[in-house]
This record gives sequence, structure tokens and C-alpha cells, in this order.
Amino acid sequence: MSYTEATIQLLNPEGSLVTSDASAEYLPYIDALSDEQLREFHRQMVVVRRFDEEAANLQKQGQMGLWVPSIGQEGAQVGSGFAARAQDHIFPAYREHAVARIRGVDVLDIVKLLRGTTHGGWNPAEHGNFHLYTLVIAAHTLHATGYAMGIALDGKSGTGNLDADEAVIVYFGDGATSQGDASESLVFAASFQTPQVFLLQNNHWAISVPVSTQSRTPLYLRPSGFGIPGVQIDGNDVLASYAVTRKNLDDARAGAGPRYIEALTYRIGAHTSSDDPTKYRKDSELDYWRQRDPIPRFEAFLRSRGEGDAFFEEVRVEAEDHAADIRRRTFEIQDPGTSLIFDHVYSEPHPLVVEQKAWLAAYESALDENGAQA
Amino acid sequence: MSDIQTLPLAKAINAGLRQAMLDDPKVLLMGEDIGPLGGVFRVTEGLQAEFGAKRVIDTPLAEAGIIGSAIGLAMRGYRPVCEIQFDGFIFPGFNQITTQLAKLTNRHEGQIQMPVVIRVPYGGHIGAVEHHQESPEALFAHTAGLRLVSPSTPNDAYWMIQEAIASNDPVMFFEPKGRYWPKGPVDFSASSAPLHSTRVVREGTEVTLLGHGAMLSVLLEAADIAADEGTSIEVIDLRSISPIDYGPILASVQKTGRLVVAQEAPGFVSVGSEIAATVTERAFYSLEAPVLRVTGFDTPFPPAKLETIYLPDADRVLEAVDRALAY
Ligand SMILES: Cc1ncc(C[n+]2csc(CCOP(=O)(O)OP(=O)(O)O)c2C)c(N)n1
Ligand SMILES: [Mg+2]
Repeated sequence: MSYTEATIQLLNPEGSLVTSDASAEYLPYIDALSDEQLREFHRQMVVVRRFDEEAANLQKQGQMGLWVPSIGQEGAQVGSGFAARAQDHIFPAYREHAVARIRGVDVLDIVKLLRGTTHGGWNPAEHGNFHLYTLVIAAHTLHATGYAMGIALDGKSGTGNLDADEAVIVYFGDGATSQGDASESLVFAASFQTPQVFLLQNNHWAISVPVSTQSRTPLYLRPSGFGIPGVQIDGNDVLASYAVTRKNLDDARAGAGPRYIEALTYRIGAHTSSDDPTKYRKDSELDYWRQRDPIPRFEAFLRSRGEGDAFFEEVRVEAEDHAADIRRRTFEIQDPGTSLIFDHVYSEPHPLVVEQKAWLAAYESALDENGAQA
Repeated sequence: MSDIQTLPLAKAINAGLRQAMLDDPKVLLMGEDIGPLGGVFRVTEGLQAEFGAKRVIDTPLAEAGIIGSAIGLAMRGYRPVCEIQFDGFIFPGFNQITTQLAKLTNRHEGQIQMPVVIRVPYGGHIGAVEHHQESPEALFAHTAGLRLVSPSTPNDAYWMIQEAIASNDPVMFFEPKGRYWPKGPVDFSASSAPLHSTRVVREGTEVTLLGHGAMLSVLLEAADIAADEGTSIEVIDLRSISPIDYGPILASVQKTGRLVVAQEAPGFVSVGSEIAATVTERAFYSLEAPVLRVTGFDTPFPPAKLETIYLPDADRVLEAVDRALAY
């Protein structure tokens, strides 16, 4: 399943602007961006890709149990990530490292999560309302919908003030669309007309299972059966991702009801560091998508607008510095103390947990004493 | 004539599945990534190539869908074997398992059977992220209508998976993923024990240690250490959690007078609690000490860096052995 007639593209793979009805509708959103904002799109894509490569290296060197690469999906993530306004809430799946970074998460916290020192990593309230990763596929789609119901109940959407009205974006994958939770979240969103955008990153694979097993129709058509308008974009076109998300999110925040965007993209890497994609997918498919990489396309666009080598070199250096910083700080991550096992199971003390925490402390100090005697 | 090969537990299950599929054309495998990939643990490796995509089915990503459609297939005369990718991901299918699969035979007053096997890689020791190391067996053992077994050796894995598939009741087949790769002998010529039987795997006289799945290797290690210190320990592999075969457990307790039950799962309302209660009821006068439990803590499974603290190890088992001996 690849691009269709309906796929909205503003920038073609060669990096030239596309003229079409869709681009006539969406290009004004791009025209409204400053040169600095456009440069920022590039900067984020390049830096996060370099981060991703470094994290994969760190995993290979035993610094993490697992790495979840996002390489290839930077266009879908950076465009939509910048489309969200400061007051918006983001419910990610587990591969949205670029969005995390844009919303102010220190991506070292993602390293910590996959290193196994925490199940969470950051406080959403202090990090751009970027909620925690959820590993149980599609469970968070309902949380996003409930959060958006709350925004509507609070009267914090639909007042007409784009700078204050709140909205929600929820990210999920093509595999996730098959879960009951994903469908139920559409039902609730439609029933309660939530201020929310469903952002499906169709990267064509759910581990080894192709998207054709999840759906026989293009997935952007599915929400229409629930009464939610859906559009399909070229997710490797950061401009389409930005403009279409911006418009749909602003429509949702204005009270028009939920919206659904299918971003066609591709998981260039393995599902995770534990996966071996050569067992199930063809090199030719990978080559096809490598030629549609979001980063060179956007670089060509910026160059066509007069951006020179100096900028690209500056970004390259920034990406290297960022990777070096992540590497250095990864080696400094401390193991958590054993009290983390017990400390936040309940918000009020629970006798069983209190007792077991005390038991472990006594047991460990007895072990230490025995060790000292030996 | 015996035919013995040395295999890892994962490959033994693979061989057992293959044999079951050869023996009965109604046996189907279904799950996420079980086809060309062979499952994330490679337990079904090669089976789709051999039996085709109609019998080894890569499903859409939906556990309720997997279990619910397996129920329909079973009504139609198939014997589905469902793979759940990881313990923590069984819950989207929990409704189908507990309200439907477990009860359909009962609702039909015996007119239909539900020969569905649900394979669940479970437990810790693999340093994985959240939801990938849990031991939720008590939730299913608590549900009437489900049988539940867990092999600890490659030989048991090979035979028990076939026996589970042959069962006309639903069987939850809990695979100790931390033990997938160590090798052991598999005797292809004959099953050594019925599916729902418990087995003494090491004889001893002073304390009985009981556990299932990956716990067994820890219990055997503890027994070795205790032997060096002069304590004789009997070790029992539970193998079947629903039903529990109490004969060998009671016989052992009558001999040793002391029982320590160990499990990775939290202790509260757990398999170990059930065994402690039953043994106390049935062998009270043989007991020299209360039945003690060594379990995971009553907390969520912690981040991987803390898993060795959370999971009972030989030291924690021996600490309980010492307490039992001190009575
Ligand atoms: C309920 C549940 N079942 C199974 C899994 C195991 N699993 C992790 S990721 C994944 C594939 C997800 O595919 P998709 O939604 O397309 O997201 P992508 O990984 O491609 O970003 C699976 C099956 C899980 N995490 N949760
Ligand atoms: Mg996918």
C-alpha cells in the first residue's frame, strides 16, 4: 500500500513544491512559516536521526536492553509535532522520539526507559504535555479521547481562540488500528465530538506483519465509517505533515469534531534492535522508501530557497554534538534504588507494600553483613 | 526404542507443535508474527513454510480477535493454538478468555468442547521493558473452565504442548521465556508423565521446594547450595497449575514436614497461596513449620535494572528454607 490519488503531498521526493488542489488549500500554512521555522524542521529531523543512530549504537554496546528506531518517520513526526500548539496534549505510542524532543523531553529519558531504569521517564506536565509512551498497543488511543472529552467538558475548546483552545493528538501505528481499543476510541471521539486528531503513522509494518493484513482498504478511509473525516498524507513530506496536521488540529480545537490523518511513511530500520527484518521484507521495498527519505527532500527544498552549505554544516555539527552528549550522559545513568519497586504503587501507603519494602531492606542489609563477614 | 535429542525448550515446543500438526489436520496456529518471522521467540520458526499460511496464520494485531476467532474455529471443529506475544499483552483478549472460552462448554451443558490452546511466554530474566516479564498465571488459574500448565524442561515442553492440544478443554500453556534457550534432552519416543501431573525432580528429606517454570532452575540451584551446607532438599516441579496434582506434594510433605513454595508472580492471592492453604488443610499434622512462600513482590514488575531484586533467587529461597528449619 503506497501513495494513492488521495495522498496529499506538498513537496515531491525531489524537493519541489507540488501544484494541486490540495496544495492550494494547504500551502498558505507553509507560506505563514518563517525561514527560521523551516530551518527548525530540518534541524529537528537531522538531530533526531543522529540521536537515533547513536542510541542504536549504545544498545549494541549493551547500554540498553532494547532500542526502538524511528528512522524514516522524521517527516511525519516533525511536521505534526510542530503543528501542535503549546497548550495541546500529545499521546504518543513508543516511537515518537522526534515529537518528544520538539515538546521538550530530554531524549536521554527515552534511553533510560529502554535501558530499564524507569517505566516512565518524564513528567508530561513539565514537558510540553507530551504524555508517557504506552507499550500496550492502542491502549492510549482511548486515554487521548478521554482527555479530549475532558477538554470539551471544561469548555477549553471551541471558544474561537486558537491560542488558548486546547486539542489532543494521538499517535499510533498501522498495526494498532486492528485493536479494539483503537476502534472504541473512534466511537467515543465521534460520539462526544472531541477536539482531537488521530495521527496514524502507517509505516507499512507491524513487526513482521504487512499493513495489508490489518486493512484491505487505505486506512484513512476507515474513520469515515465512524463519522470522522480522514485524510491521507505523504508522511515523508514534512510540509504536508505540518500543514495538514495544523489545519485539522485547529479545526478540532475550534469545535468541528475529531479528525484523522493517515501519514504514509516507512520504518527504515528494524522494528526494534531485537528484530531481523530480512526475515520478512524485501530489499526492493526498502530501496523504494529510501528514495523517499524525508530529510534529503527537505534539504533540496531549503537549498532551492537559497539556504547554503553553512547552515547544513551547522546542523550536522549540532547533531554530532547532541549524539556525543547523549553518549556521555548514557554512561552516567545511575541504576535506580530498590525503593523504586515499592514507592509509587499506590498514592497512599498500602500495608502489604510497606511491609515488603521493609522486609527487603532488612534482607539486603543482612546479606551485606554476611558478605562482610565472608 | 528411544530417540533422544538435545534441544532448547523453544525448539522442543516447535517440534511438539509440528508433530501435533502432522498428527491432526485440524490443528491451526494463530498469532502475531508467527509466520515468516517464526514468532518473536522463533517458537514457530519454519512451520508456516512447512504447513502453509492457512494453518500457520499471521493475524491482525488484536488479541481479542485472536482468541475470539479461535473460539469460532473451535466451534467449527478446528483445534487452534494461539500465540500471545508476551505475558503482558494477553489482556486485550482477557474478556474472550474468561467470559467466553472458559465458559462455553458449561453454557452448552457439555454439548460443545473448546479445544483451544493459548501459548503465553511468561516471566522474567530477559531484561525487557514493561509488560514483557510478567507472571499472570493466577488470573487464569482462578478462572473455572481453563486448564493451566507450565513446562520447565525441553522434554516436558515437547510432550506437554501435544497433550495440551489433544485436550478437549481450553489449556493455558505458560512458557517460561527465560528458559527458552538452555538445552536439555528430549525423548521423542514416549511421554514421561500425564499432562496434569506433578513430579519430584530431586529427592531429599528435610525440606520440600515446589515451583513451576523458570523457578525450577532456581530451586535446583538452591538445593545444590543447601546440600553443600548439609541440608537435604526435595524439589518438586508443579508442571500443572490447574488442576494441581496434590499426591506427590502431600507425600513429599509427609516425608520432609516442611514446604517452601516459590514463584515469580506476586504472592497475594496467588498459586503459592492456594497450595499453602491446601497443604495446610490436608497435611497439617505432618507439618513441622508453616508453608512458606517466596514470591515476586506485590508491586508491578519493576524496570529491568531491578528485576534481579524482584525475582526470587536461590538466596531468597534459602532464606525461607532456613526459616522453615528454624521452627
Ligand atoms: C496488546 C499488544 N500486543 C502485542 C504487542 C507486541 N507488539 C509491540 S509493537 C507491535 C507492532 C506494532 O505495530 P504498529 O502499530 O504498526 O506500530 P509500529 O511498531 O510500526 O510503530 C507488536 C505486535 C504489544 N506491544 N501490545
Ligand atoms: Mg507500523
